[in-house]
Amino acid sequence: MNLLVRGGRLLDPASGRDGRYDLLIEGGRVAEVAPDLSHLLPEGSEPRGIEVLEASGLLVLPGLVDIHAHLRTPGQSHKETLETGTRAAAAGGFTQVVTLANTVPVLDDPLLVAALVARVEREAVVRVHVAAAVTKGQMGRELAPLGALAQAGACAVSDDGRPIADAGVMRRALEYAKGFGLVLLDHAEDPGLAGEGVVHEGPVAAALGLPGLPSLAESVAVARDVALAGLTGARLHVMHVSARASLEPIRRAKEEGFPVTAEVTPHHLALTVAEVARFRYDARTKVNPPLRDEEDREALVEALAEGLLDCIATDHAPHAADEKDAPYRDAPFGISGFETAFALVHTELVRPGRLPLPELVRRMTVEPARVLGLRGGRLAPGDPGDLALFDLEARWRVEPERFESRGRNTPLVGRELFGRCRATVVGGRVVWRDEA
Amino acid sequence: MTAGAPAPGSLLGLAGLPGPEIEAILDEAEALLASWRKGTLPALLRGKTVALVFVEPSTRTRVSFEQATNLLGGRAVLLGEAGSSLEKGETLFDTAETLRATGVDAIVLRHPEPGEPERLAGRVPIPVLNAGDGTHEHPTQGLLDILTIRQAFGRVAGLRVAIVGDVLHSRVARSTAAGLRALGAEVVLVGPPTLVPPALGRALGAGVAHDLARGLRGADVVMTLRLQRERMRAAYIPSLSEYRAFWGVTPERMAWARPGARFMHPGPANRGVEVTSEVHDAPASLVRGQVRNGVAVRMAVLARALAEGGLRPARPPEAIAR
Repeated sequence: MNLLVRGGRLLDPASGRDGRYDLLIEGGRVAEVAPDLSHLLPEGSEPRGIEVLEASGLLVLPGLVDIHAHLRTPGQSHKETLETGTRAAAAGGFTQVVTLANTVPVLDDPLLVAALVARVEREAVVRVHVAAAVTKGQMGRELAPLGALAQAGACAVSDDGRPIADAGVMRRALEYAKGFGLVLLDHAEDPGLAGEGVVHEGPVAAALGLPGLPSLAESVAVARDVALAGLTGARLHVMHVSARASLEPIRRAKEEGFPVTAEVTPHHLALTVAEVARFRYDARTKVNPPLRDEEDREALVEALAEGLLDCIATDHAPHAADEKDAPYRDAPFGISGFETAFALVHTELVRPGRLPLPELVRRMTVEPARVLGLRGGRLAPGDPGDLALFDLEARWRVEPERFESRGRNTPLVGRELFGRCRATVVGGRVVWRDEA
Repeated sequence: MTAGAPAPGSLLGLAGLPGPEIEAILDEAEALLASWRKGTLPALLRGKTVALVFVEPSTRTRVSFEQATNLLGGRAVLLGEAGSSLEKGETLFDTAETLRATGVDAIVLRHPEPGEPERLAGRVPIPVLNAGDGTHEHPTQGLLDILTIRQAFGRVAGLRVAIVGDVLHSRVARSTAAGLRALGAEVVLVGPPTLVPPALGRALGAGVAHDLARGLRGADVVMTLRLQRERMRAAYIPSLSEYRAFWGVTPERMAWARPGARFMHPGPANRGVEVTSEVHDAPASLVRGQVRNGVAVRMAVLARALAEGGLRPARPPEAIAR
């Protein structure tokens, strides 16, 4: 069955299109993009072999790409499953996501990676790529079998959630990963500086009596790791940059021509430690890295707008409600991000004029795809038939109990956002429709 | 995990509590203290049951809450982690629900994790009194410190109080400083930068000094905090002797404060570390009064939580025994 997406405003930064276009998807790929393809539908008769997706009044985007998410498979189906996680992704307009390796057991074994890749085929509703562990058990000491992991289908490697403390191990991991063309996704954090910290270090943490997690725990690790990327020539991608002080090392590394990219999350772009002051001991604000100061947030917005930060990634990290409902120090880090990501950045950055809409789209489609060399993120003939339809004017309230994700924890609860995904298409198949 | 507002009469911290409300509690404590001396304590808690839930060891706070409950004619039931259902992995909130269902009228909670009294108060319809939550607050200790100061000086506003030691990890310092600020006192936090970060001064509206002589200068009250020995393992301080050499309060160093300055310590003290016995036991020391005031303040906050009509209207100052 072919799919005709008709009457929408196509916004595809990678192919330079912004305007009224119809799209025809054949055999799972974009076949034709033209201002009017209605001649494909013979008048008066039922179209044969062509499904029509009406997009008038809607924005047609290349399917969003999220290179940082936790689908919790295998081993933590109480937090999320491939099915619920990818339905949540689809509901947020994502057509491909990267799931990270801090599962139970950790994805440090080619058999586990191959098994997960096979399960994705059966259970996922969007495309899922697997990032395997860098070190055995993500313990930061011995290298995982990166070559075999790549052969088994890993698209990248990462010890996300557990920073690699030893600079020597990090150096060899980068060198070795380079030999297999793997990008290392870096959770940059100095464990000594981070200590027991759970909240951005400063007056809010001090007043609540909660241990602070200073910005420099991130920034010194970023400085170290981009320098190692320069030394080794290996591809380093800095995940979830949160601190202003992390931007200068990234800028210098890029100026030097080091193979470094970086991402930022919607929550670090939109929220600050003021949310912690508001939610107090409710751990729905607990993320790692923590929500930081307004000056950090400002700097991140600027860095994204100028492209110093390459892309937006959600760090969708669902947890069961009972796990999050714990003393702040004990509760796990992480919030659900798929279903609010686009709308949050659209509401907080695009609508107030801080970021042009095409830039937002670019940073959530072609740029994240480019970081990992994934196909997609563009809607030119021959590209995967992955797209998302958004209604930018749709105003809605975040009601986590209506999420597709099993993780209902978000500090955005009750917040009013603009922009809703109305339909998501993967390989020419409609995998999500907003029934609301 | 929807949380509601705490029941009226709850006491979760002194931060954010308005000065007049603190004054009212102190006035009530004074009045109860006077009645206690005369043997005429009113049975304000008659028919009331107070659960003392101590998920962390404590002697003086637990005993003085128990004593305060008994003195006002109420009944105290004691729940520690060992031997209680908390030990079996039941959550604090489920335990509290059980307590409430059995007719408990208020919960006094000591917990090692910051914020647990506040989280509990959002879920039970009865008052919750914070008896110390990790490194956050210990409001009844703060109140008794402030009451002790008010008794010694006849006022709080305009005094300069130096709090010396491990402020970063001190729930007492957070409560005492917040209450003192609300009543118009000046507070200076004194200690090495590892234990007295500037952000904490900003959070509490207090000054910060990393030099003992400077910190004590002009102080009417010098309060030292207990130094936990585990701070050395985490590299906050090099050694007890180094700490003693630079931050220990001795009679000579008390002379850096204002003449007639008084000494305080929330206890239990490491004699010879943060303070010498000469200072701790000197006539200028208010430590003994602190302990007695602990019972009075806890009577007052229990009355505020449970007595019919809450606290009695504040009486004119001359009616209050000083």
